[in-house]
Amino acid sequence: MGKTLAEKVWDAHVVRKGDGAGADAQPDLLYIDLHLVHEVTSPQAFEGLRLAGRKLRRPDLTIATEDHNTPTLDIDKPIADLTSRTQIQTLRNNCAEFGVRLHSLGDAEQGIVHVVGPQLGLTQPGMTVVCGDSHTSTHGAFGALAMGIGTSEVEHVMATQTLSLKPFKTMAINVEGTLRAGVTAKDIILAVIAKIGTGGGQGYVLEYRGSAIRALSMDARMTICNMSIEAGARAGMVAPDETTYAYMLGRPHAPEGADWDAAVEYWNTLKTDDDATFDAQVDLDADTLEPFVTWGTNPGQGVSLSESVPSPEDFGDENAKAAAERALQYMGLEAGTPMKGIRVDTVFLGSCTNSRIEDLRAAADIIRGREKDPKVRMLVVPGSARVRLEAEAEGLDRVFKDFGAEWRFAGCSMCLGMNPDQLEPGERCASTSNRNFEGRQGKGGRTHLVSPVVAAATAVRGTLSSPSDLGPAPEPVAEPAGTAIPTNDAA
Amino acid sequence: MEKFTKHTGIGVPLRQSNVDTDQIIPAVYLKRITRTGFEDALFSAWRKDPTFILNQEPFRAGSVLVAGPDFGTGSSREHAVWALKDYGFKAVLSSRFADIFRGNSGKQGLLAAQVAQDDIELIWKELENAPGTEVTVDLESKTVVCGNIVAPFAIDDYTRWRLLEGLDDIGLTLQHEADITAYEATRPSFKPKTLPAKVS
Repeated sequence: MGKTLAEKVWDAHVVRKGDGAGADAQPDLLYIDLHLVHEVTSPQAFEGLRLAGRKLRRPDLTIATEDHNTPTLDIDKPIADLTSRTQIQTLRNNCAEFGVRLHSLGDAEQGIVHVVGPQLGLTQPGMTVVCGDSHTSTHGAFGALAMGIGTSEVEHVMATQTLSLKPFKTMAINVEGTLRAGVTAKDIILAVIAKIGTGGGQGYVLEYRGSAIRALSMDARMTICNMSIEAGARAGMVAPDETTYAYMLGRPHAPEGADWDAAVEYWNTLKTDDDATFDAQVDLDADTLEPFVTWGTNPGQGVSLSESVPSPEDFGDENAKAAAERALQYMGLEAGTPMKGIRVDTVFLGSCTNSRIEDLRAAADIIRGREKDPKVRMLVVPGSARVRLEAEAEGLDRVFKDFGAEWRFAGCSMCLGMNPDQLEPGERCASTSNRNFEGRQGKGGRTHLVSPVVAAATAVRGTLSSPSDLGPAPEPVAEPAGTAIPTNDAA
Repeated sequence: MEKFTKHTGIGVPLRQSNVDTDQIIPAVYLKRITRTGFEDALFSAWRKDPTFILNQEPFRAGSVLVAGPDFGTGSSREHAVWALKDYGFKAVLSSRFADIFRGNSGKQGLLAAQVAQDDIELIWKELENAPGTEVTVDLESKTVVCGNIVAPFAIDDYTRWRLLEGLDDIGLTLQHEADITAYEATRPSFKPKTLPAKVS
């Protein structure tokens, strides 16, 4: 019988097969091709190595960057928050001691760890990629098996370059059809999570398939795989294809010459076989999908933007009903309110979900020549210093600044507010990030997860809005220099 | 890691589903570089509410958390497990755990016991009717006892064995170092290395 993509990548990395079978099976020992490190989940792991007198086995398969704590303003000044500064300094000390490559604040390759890996060409099809961060699933967009891990596992990978893992089940997410204008990858994944729930993917690796997925760019595929964890899945994957190769070609760490040919030959085998079977299947119709938005406090509590806030009575399950009641109270919303009637205070464009160059371009295309609702604050935080530079070369920074948005430096920023970018209690935000948990963006903050184009339209109108709600486009303005740079041009 | 065989302590009914790790420990506490001392951070936003269960006697001294489905979703932060342990919890019962949280628990000796939701409901009622009732979690027999309720729980055999023996994962893996070295010798040349660094 054939194998799924996930099974092929898994099998290619088994160092040692676990004994036993079925429920009694011991985990397999899996080799890890790339370990991404950041300042938050690594200090205790480095300390563990030191205490045990262990070495970091493969510094040449490890890379670190600073992202969670980094300020997005005044990056040339010492970090004001002392605990943040200490944590960043600890990473710098640890990387120096253990010989790990680090891209620090101020470096052109610094940025959110899940933006940096692909951008450098370090994330490639068929690899195993781990990081002490749940959104490591992002890298699955390349047909890599990419998983978030805890700090104990970070230490384990540092010491052994392996992980003990029990095989996962596989789930096909079939998305057929063509997305309508204004509907994006973010809407696909929010709809998938609403459909299967925050626990629906537990124990599974998801494979996103179908014509709608094939039509997506790499940036868009990364958005989808990124939020696999929000459905509870350990990983999400898309089989590599010509779109993947075009993205890879010429990146700093992409293979070259004969290595490129050998790599492509291997990558071409990374497809689920026709006679392979998945343990579960979910279908989503791309043709009828509308822009999606969350109303509650977990990513599964979402509806189409054209719908209204649901009533707890709409949920059959007692736990879901109680969760909805609690969520509405926290969010300060009444059942039956049209989603488009909800006013926001802040719009956040950023995070490992939606901070890549195409996300910025898509949002800029909506707001170009329009005026921001004066009561709305808009933060634009590129995913990496490289994305910021690329955007500036295209003149996107001017579009955002002219609109009245704040153009910031790279980092995780308001996705989780470990740096000063936070919501005030009661403040409501349309956010392109991945989690609408209570207090996630700041104590008492209220988050609605949206796509970049919905975020942009919302900043114009002040209420949750789809691009189609905007009036006719204003008079065309002069094309900013550099818009002709192709998406997949080498970074 | 300390061995875990059996624990008895006050049960805490947390009638809530989707308790994500941002609720268990908000991000602001993740700036610390230590592995201990997170007891103040546990459920810190909710603990500001005087009606929160951990602010009630006798639950304040609880050590077995009985939660709704989808416990530990979201961020991979192991700090969530450290905070539960530092507070004094030895076991969490839920009908569904997020995968990463479950894995992190197993590494740290916090027992994540998967109990059917019907049994969770019975235990909740018992703990609410008779606050302070102790819950016994027996890893050897994979059972939970609370008053007259005796319920089985599920845990994968490998994690159970490691918890019972108190085994260090890295030590176990390094017994197979020759296998790792042999695997590394097969790495194709087209796979990338981070060093020497290349940038655009």
